[in-house]
Amino acid sequence: MSSRAKVTVVGAGVAGLTTALELSERGVTVEVIERGSSVGAGCSRMAGGMLAPWCERAAADEAVMRLGAPSIAWWLRHYPGTVRNGSLVVAPPRDTAELARFAERTENYEWRDADGIAALEPDLAGRFRRALFFPREAHLEPRRALPGLAEALAKRGIAIRFGVDKTEGDFTIDCRGLAARDVLPDLRGVRGEMVVVRSREVSLSRPVRLLHPRIPLYIVPRGEGVFMVGATAIESEAKGGVTVRSAVELLNAAYALHPAFGEAEILELGADLRPAFPDNLPAVRRGPNGLLVNGLYRHGFLLAPAMARQAAEILERSHADLRQRRSA
Amino acid sequence: MFYGVDLCSRLLLGTARYPSPRVLTDAIQASGAEVVTVSLRREAGPERSGQSFWSIIRSLGVKVLPNTAGCHSVKEAVTTAHMAREMFDTPWIKLEVIRDDETLQPDVFGLVEAARVLSEDGFEVFPYTTEDLAVADRLVEAGCRVLMPWGAPIGSARGLNNVYGLKALRAHFPEIPLVVDAGLGVPSHAAAAMELGYDAVLLNTAVAEAGDPVAMAKAFAMAIEAGRMAFEAKPLEPRDMAAPSTPVLGKAALGD
Repeated sequence: MSSRAKVTVVGAGVAGLTTALELSERGVTVEVIERGSSVGAGCSRMAGGMLAPWCERAAADEAVMRLGAPSIAWWLRHYPGTVRNGSLVVAPPRDTAELARFAERTENYEWRDADGIAALEPDLAGRFRRALFFPREAHLEPRRALPGLAEALAKRGIAIRFGVDKTEGDFTIDCRGLAARDVLPDLRGVRGEMVVVRSREVSLSRPVRLLHPRIPLYIVPRGEGVFMVGATAIESEAKGGVTVRSAVELLNAAYALHPAFGEAEILELGADLRPAFPDNLPAVRRGPNGLLVNGLYRHGFLLAPAMARQAAEILERSHADLRQRRSA
Repeated sequence: MFYGVDLCSRLLLGTARYPSPRVLTDAIQASGAEVVTVSLRREAGPERSGQSFWSIIRSLGVKVLPNTAGCHSVKEAVTTAHMAREMFDTPWIKLEVIRDDETLQPDVFGLVEAARVLSEDGFEVFPYTTEDLAVADRLVEAGCRVLMPWGAPIGSARGLNNVYGLKALRAHFPEIPLVVDAGLGVPSHAAAAMELGYDAVLLNTAVAEAGDPVAMAKAFAMAIEAGRMAFEAKPLEPRDMAAPSTPVLGKAALGD
């Protein structure tokens, strides 16, 4: 397409920034507008940042794995803070049946025994007898990754205009998340809650998932002793703070993983709403002024690169059609 | 069948823990279930915050049986029931009063008390209980006209833990609709419950967390239909002696 045609990306969350970068790399002139005052100010900042297509497959549609697997390479290429150390899935001795159940529903894992677990995560030595290790998975810190993408955009000469929510541009890609409900009536919010803690005693090199029949949870190391514990998924659009019950469940999971978390300091309790379509899968749709990228649900960082690619391909095709019609 | 409402399907489905609302609606449709239970405690606050999810469920045109899952006391359960009546405009309430989160075992003392309070207030109570006869009797005395004994602990997929107890319950309450609620894992468990003469089966996890929830919903519906048909066809009682299907006396001796 012509490099002079300008595309406006609305929203500087994970969907908007990945889309802007993808388009720019394909030669499209892009600008990003954001109604807030910083990047990733919406629900992106609450994300776990796990790039775990095979772990997610255990409970999600096959499309999440298929679309998500290539995004690990995308993040490694675009954000140097991406860590590819795999992920570990453990279960308390009483619930080891959950591990077999998990394994049955996914792929690309290795079984680890107690010694194998200790070799990967020395601090978990002696705590679990069996685990699933997903060596190809990665993770990142969303609150650093999004500024990282903004920097990559800046290097390409693309500025983000903050405090702006209206555009006169002729083609927009709407990446506003739940705020786009005004044009996406089937979009709903699914509440998620998380806790950030700091421990000076435990260190982990990769996300660890703790299986539990009722409350499966994960702990993602953020570096410097900081850990994010997530996340609930409640069919509610209530915006209030973390409930006591959810906090107890999240903190219990951390404690069950390692009792030293009992001494950890709580840095943050956070709740927000994930934008989701009825099938809990993201989609690129055509809107009145362009495209809409939305519905990333629990898989913002995992699926945003695939959605950005889809949006870019649709854009390229429609411009190619236009050129063809003009020359005909 | 339930409080004067006649239904064709003998399968009631829970709506929690499906991979997505789309899968949930497909599973409900595949199962032919006419009643779905919804949990109020977590999924919606007083500000009706779970509206999008509810509107998806309402669009299916099925009857909603709100439940008090997650309630640990009579007071919580009664408050939740009132909220449910207001939200869903139905006197039906699936009453759960849980003793502790580890076992999710019904607190039968609180259950009976809450059932009495709610029945007196015009609710039509579906109590989630154990197969204990004395408790069942108390629940009926409290005004319940449906009983929902567990097959096994919630989500355990163990099937019917106490077939003798469930049989005895059926025999003691021939006129009360009985629903096996919770603990089933595979369709044969549901068929077994129906063969005991139970009126219906309530499921959630066994369908929601199956690899293919839609196919599993259908499989359960078929098993429930088969089990009911078998019950109505009056199955044989097991006996100790072999009973040949063709007479042996006077049979031609072959091979001499």
